[in-house]
Amino acid sequence: MSIKLSVDNLHKRYGSHEVLKGVSLTANAGDVISIIGSSGSGKSTFLRCINMLERPHMGRITVAGEEMKLVTAKDGMFKAADDKQLQMMRAKLAMVFQHFNLWAHMTVLENIIEAPVNVLKVPKDEAIARARKYLDKVGLKDVEDKYPAHMSGGQQQRVAIARALAVEPEVMLFDEPTSALDPELVGEVLRVMKALAEEGRTMVVVTHEMAFAREVSNHVIFLHKGLIEEQGDPKAVLVNPKSERLQQFLKGSLK
Amino acid sequence: MEEYVLNILKGSVLTLEVALGSLLVAVVLGLLGATAKLSQNKLLNWLAGIYSTVIRGIPDLVLMLLIFYGGQILLNLLLESVGYTEYVEINPFVAGVLTIGFIYGAYMTETFRGAIMAIPKGQMEAGLAFGMSNTRVFFRITVPQMIRLALPSFTNNWLVLIKATALVSILGLPDMTMLAKQAASAARGITPMAPMLFFLFTGAIYLAFTTISLVVLKQLDKKYSMGVRRGEF
Repeated sequence: MSIKLSVDNLHKRYGSHEVLKGVSLTANAGDVISIIGSSGSGKSTFLRCINMLERPHMGRITVAGEEMKLVTAKDGMFKAADDKQLQMMRAKLAMVFQHFNLWAHMTVLENIIEAPVNVLKVPKDEAIARARKYLDKVGLKDVEDKYPAHMSGGQQQRVAIARALAVEPEVMLFDEPTSALDPELVGEVLRVMKALAEEGRTMVVVTHEMAFAREVSNHVIFLHKGLIEEQGDPKAVLVNPKSERLQQFLKGSLK
Repeated sequence: MEEYVLNILKGSVLTLEVALGSLLVAVVLGLLGATAKLSQNKLLNWLAGIYSTVIRGIPDLVLMLLIFYGGQILLNLLLESVGYTEYVEINPFVAGVLTIGFIYGAYMTETFRGAIMAIPKGQMEAGLAFGMSNTRVFFRITVPQMIRLALPSFTNNWLVLIKATALVSILGLPDMTMLAKQAASAARGITPMAPMLFFLFTGAIYLAFTTISLVVLKQLDKKYSMGVRRGEF
């Protein structure tokens, strides 16, 4: 089985407060890993360290066999030793954000072809064909020329997923993709994510959706105060949690 | 009378040239200044801070005299120190454009800085997350979104800048204000109303420039507001 993503012993602190105290993760091709935990557990920070939106202090990140070249900067945090390499690796790790972060001044189509055309140098007509394919996949029709502000949150997030698919990434990172949505719009996004999981995409998902973690992912990680408190098969971990903290967390989430 | 009017019209072309030249300088300096102010680099922050504070705090007229005359002396002292003995005169057009551009660059710095700060951080983050370089993020995402946010204040700066070009007459440049003044005193013999007529005419030309600007900038605002939902009352 090929390893798509491995993160090894990641450390990150803000000032003297240590938010990640050595977190590791391995994703094989087709794995869907859910990361759960209460707010402040470091789960979003962990995800954002993987593509260097946050700069960790220590650790190793390897994507599809290629290790990210990192050096310690003057401020004690890592920085990329090779900017070009970082950019190419980021494109292999497409991210879906909590607040969608679709580019507001671009239409849906422009949003989706931006990175393929300008970063990956895919010919424009090919990128457009690709964009249409993925819009279809996320179940959106006749939205190409719309601007994000004129769409519902659920539609925007599905466009954001299409944008991520369009760079044909090795791994997709989801940062609480349904947390900013009205409850009635959560389902449409989760259905798209489930379909992606079923076609064998490698996904790392920070989520509050316990049903998604239980039914869609094949591995769940419970983070608590910057450490992995418990992990494993979601059916086992979420149904019969061993650690007291996870038991409490699951009781609180009621799902 | 007619030749005076034609003369003033000719001067209006120079006014426009000075204004557009200065605007170009101001926009470039403004972008650099805003980037410097928002950068992580302490030295750049400090330099840009001094620039916008000092320039905005001194009257345009004083700055213009200082840079044109002071700059001329300084330049010649410098040249002398390297052994060049001939006296060099700064071209007043270049001096005017650079000075006005330099002054309004400080205002543009604040305009652009405020606009960039108003863009949600996630917009730039998404660019980085998809493998764009900092430069690409700046020109593909930050600048296009900044334009809309900067336009109201940019428009203000531009209107004041156009009017400030009248100051170049003190450098001896025949802009339309200077020509109007000359025409007014020369034609007083023909009609005592001459000063009023010529200055009214000149004022009308400035007003025409600013009005046309407002129309053009309004169109620009429309273009860059695509994709924006405005609040409705």
